[in-house]
Amino acid sequence: MGLVSRGAAAAGLGAASAVVRPGPPDAVPNPVPSPPPGGAARGSSRVPGMVLKAFFPTCCASADSGLLVGRWVPEQSSAVVLAVVHFPFIPIQVKELLAQVQQASRVGMAVLGTWCHRQQEPEESLGHFLEGLGTIFSHEPWLQLCRERGSKFWSCKAIHRQVSAAPDVPSEDQVMLIFYDQRKVLLSQLHPPTVVSDHQDGDTMASTGGLAVVFDTVARSEVLFCSDQYDEGPVRLSHWQSEGVEASVLVELAKRASGPVCLLLACLLSLISAASGCRLWKLWPLPFIRSKLSTCEQLRHRLDHLTLVFSTQKAQSPAQLMRKANMLVSVLLDVALGLMLLSWLHSSNRIGQLADALVPVADHVAEELQHLLQWLMGAPAGLKMNRALDQVLGRFFLYHIHLWISYIHLMSPFIERILWHVGLSACLGLTVALSILSDIIALLTFHIYCFYVYGARLYCLKIYGLSSLWRLFRGKKWNVLRQRVDSCSYNLDQLFIGTLLFTILVFLLPTTALYYLVFTLLRLLVVTVQGLIHLLVDLVNTLPLYSLGLRLCRPYRLAAGVKFRVLEHEVGRPLRLLMQINPLPYSRVVHTYRLPSCGCHPKHSWGSLCRKLFFGELIYPWRQGGDKQD
Amino acid sequence: MEDERTFSDICGGRLALQRRYYSPFCREFCLNCPRLSLRSLTAVTCTVWLAAYGLFTLWENSMILSAAISITLLGLLGYLHFVKIDQETLLIIDSLGIQMTSSYASGKESTTFIEMGKVKDVVINEAIYMQKVIYYLCILLKDPVEPHMISQVVPVFQVSTEHFPFSNEILYFSAYLLPLKFSRNVNIYCQSIGRYLTTNFSYFKSSPLR
Repeated sequence: MGLVSRGAAAAGLGAASAVVRPGPPDAVPNPVPSPPPGGAARGSSRVPGMVLKAFFPTCCASADSGLLVGRWVPEQSSAVVLAVVHFPFIPIQVKELLAQVQQASRVGMAVLGTWCHRQQEPEESLGHFLEGLGTIFSHEPWLQLCRERGSKFWSCKAIHRQVSAAPDVPSEDQVMLIFYDQRKVLLSQLHPPTVVSDHQDGDTMASTGGLAVVFDTVARSEVLFCSDQYDEGPVRLSHWQSEGVEASVLVELAKRASGPVCLLLACLLSLISAASGCRLWKLWPLPFIRSKLSTCEQLRHRLDHLTLVFSTQKAQSPAQLMRKANMLVSVLLDVALGLMLLSWLHSSNRIGQLADALVPVADHVAEELQHLLQWLMGAPAGLKMNRALDQVLGRFFLYHIHLWISYIHLMSPFIERILWHVGLSACLGLTVALSILSDIIALLTFHIYCFYVYGARLYCLKIYGLSSLWRLFRGKKWNVLRQRVDSCSYNLDQLFIGTLLFTILVFLLPTTALYYLVFTLLRLLVVTVQGLIHLLVDLVNTLPLYSLGLRLCRPYRLAAGVKFRVLEHEVGRPLRLLMQINPLPYSRVVHTYRLPSCGCHPKHSWGSLCRKLFFGELIYPWRQGGDKQD
Repeated sequence: MEDERTFSDICGGRLALQRRYYSPFCREFCLNCPRLSLRSLTAVTCTVWLAAYGLFTLWENSMILSAAISITLLGLLGYLHFVKIDQETLLIIDSLGIQMTSSYASGKESTTFIEMGKVKDVVINEAIYMQKVIYYLCILLKDPVEPHMISQVVPVFQVSTEHFPFSNEILYFSAYLLPLKFSRNVNIYCQSIGRYLTTNFSYFKSSPLR
């Protein structure tokens, strides 16, 4: 068979570089095929020394004979085959089609070579005909791929005609076949996305990585895939759509309906945001309350999300589209979970039970606090407190608790109604319900917050006083102008009073420090509970569920790279590789497509937190952006 | 064409290296790592269960035993799926790239493909492991922003680098990778080591290390 001899000839060319010397098995043969005698071809038709790579779609492997159409990338010496044009065709029409596609997609299209599938036709006549085609569509190099009947091995040749040393004898080159799944490569996105820069005359230059060019070429050539071999057009093509045009009725209906629905919802949302931005809300003390409540923050966040999702502008880039989809799925999940919570709450009178349990719990907490203060007023942990200060502080805090209990008892008849209405807000989403829970906890533990502030202020004053008097004790003072400690000579009476005050403060320190410690611990406990709730809310807000679902169900859409598998190989035949898509790992999916969070995260490091605790400075774990608090 | 050689690694386990030659510009190297030994598995399981039984006799709570069983099972599954590498493969395709596959004991395969355009150079790196110095091959990747800077150093065999046996094998790899257009740093190393080896090991005499 003529083709076998040609294949052998091709192997013969390569065989010169693949000598396996008998003897030492570790001899390393030169793996690079020696460049043809003509040296580098003029212009940029190929890079010498590089193997020619032919990217062939798997869907065309069973297509009938015809012409190969695609893109030639000279810098990487690779030919990306996009479709096969079947007989009969008129060359002028093929060239017109390619020019049209090139203009629409800005990708340089050309006829790359011939494809011969010898299942049915007689062998010789087609061979000559295909060789003649090389002269009509001149392309450098001219690929000839052939698949034989009864053999799964292919033969490929790349012929260079314009080599200056021997213009009449075309030289052949080593070809490597790489199969790729066209539909998957069309739909997938590479991460990180590489930008392929555009050249002036409309053709895109492959300045960055090689395989990104293949993905880019296939993605941009969607225009080519519109017509098929079964259509009535002048040119019959075979590509991935030949296996059956894919479409779904539901998806098409959703696309048609999305326009008016988006418009309607966008109007509604703009009304709501206009209402929330009106002047009424700027009257004091409403902005103050709004900044404190995390519910308002969460509602605003969700409103922003919804506005973005239902905006009438189309997404500019795939990343924006993914973000919109993630936000939509996150909102839907939130609402679904919220409705489940709502149904659970309103079934079997849970609200009533909660309301009945709330006041006794608050009472219990207040009682425990009173016991704690009694303990502190005695001899806590065997320490001896300063009696007078102890009694003063203890009575002060006990009075506060008494006030608090009275307020709770005053409100108890209304609690069930309030809880019922607040529970309705769960239909806005689970995150809103959790934010309300966090706010309720903050309101119920307001007295602990007050105690913490009192204790911290007292302690802070004491520490500052102590440090300044300690400097006086040593004969130094703080120079505010120069921001450093300078020596200073004091008068005798100054020294006397200063030392007295210093000793008083030192001996009162344990009492104050103990109160401060106890209330700080309580406050930190409440802050931890609130922090956990906020963490959960943040998780629901930022988790990119659509991307994770896509990674699970359609892993080829999110590609971290490619992987190659060597297919069955026979000596003397060209190497065949299968290129598959390597999906992105889940951790990177989450990292890349995370939604932006509310931004109310504690911004302190552990070191600064400890320092603030030691010096008695107040800690504000959720300072909203740009707020000034005392 | 296939070829197989066995070595022993630093910790004493047996490693098998297979070389497959597909074509002049495609080669594959497979390294089979030592399997999970029954002895260590039995030892760990017995320790955990004895400890759990001891706690059970102390506290008389049967949850401890069920917890120990589930911990052992989950730990074993996690170890097989995430930690224990069975085989590492290096596939080198001329003018396309280098692919490194690790297949774990549970069947999971993780593949990394590095394009030729991203590879800056191939070097032999030294590492000090306890009292010896071991050599391993690594690939330097170009920084996408600054073409002259190196963004990453990727060792060729991830897990087995600490077990990687002899420098002649590294030189075999490097001598193969060299003609694929990286010749700067490895040249310097290989010339010095190559001179030493050509005088001492006969089969390296015939291959010119450029």
